[in-house]
Amino acid sequence: MVFLTRRATFSASHYYWNDSWSAEKNQQVFGRCANRNGHGHNYTLEVTVAGNPDPVTGFVVDLKWLKDVIEQEVLAAYDHRHLNIEVPEFAAKIPTTENMAIAAWQRLEPVIDKVGGATLSRIRMYETPEIFAEYRGEA
Amino acid sequence: MSAYFGRRYSMSSSHRLHSDELSDEQNRAAYGKCNNPHGHGHNYIIEVLAGGAVDPETGMVVNLAVLDEVVRTRVLDRFDHANLNFDPMFTHDVPTTENLCKAVYKLLEGSLEPAQLAHVRVEETENNFFEYFGEASQAHGGIA
Repeated sequence: MVFLTRRATFSASHYYWNDSWSAEKNQQVFGRCANRNGHGHNYTLEVTVAGNPDPVTGFVVDLKWLKDVIEQEVLAAYDHRHLNIEVPEFAAKIPTTENMAIAAWQRLEPVIDKVGGATLSRIRMYETPEIFAEYRGEA
Repeated sequence: MSAYFGRRYSMSSSHRLHSDELSDEQNRAAYGKCNNPHGHGHNYIIEVLAGGAVDPETGMVVNLAVLDEVVRTRVLDRFDHANLNFDPMFTHDVPTTENLCKAVYKLLEGSLEPAQLAHVRVEETENNFFEYFGEASQAHGGIA
């Protein structure tokens, strides 16, 4: 089994807010991230797939194909968007880095696993070079 | 839903690699320049990974502000701009980055409830780093 990782970057805005809480509680828990006008980040998404190299090509997956899948499934929806307002999965879910890692997994897994040969192993979503969330599925 | 949240911190510390169990000559052979009697220093990167359920109310595994406070009070206040050899945790253990990584893990273990400490990674320079997952874990490279 070999693990292969592809990185992609995108830029998006968001804010943290729980509608069932008071404004005071949102401020207390989320601090500056609760500013309703939003703020933004340059995100780095790392997608790790696992599989055995194909005996003919030596590839776990074709990197160009993986790049295109990431662009179509995630970047097309997230890049230069306001996550709370423009991305359906965050209409009722706060776009924290944790939830973004899970959402990227849910967007990518059906496509990557359907092709066969490789399975999605790990998502890392970097909000800044120092802050990231990781999701490895529920298994 | 379970996920992981990671954060990277930096600290600057000095150390000298020297074992009292070895002769001066053996120490020089084992540790080379790192055995310089006056010590030397590094800008360390401490990466802390917390794992656990994503709280449905906050969307978080752990609140960043809480994690920062725990790491600051337990680790950075202790080791940043300090000489590791003088810390009680390194009275018997040589402050190699392996042992520093285990020491940081020990200082943070159990302090992130309800999240769990998943790993500590210490980067000594851009070209070398060390990871510790605790004794129970067989995880490798953070990829389950």
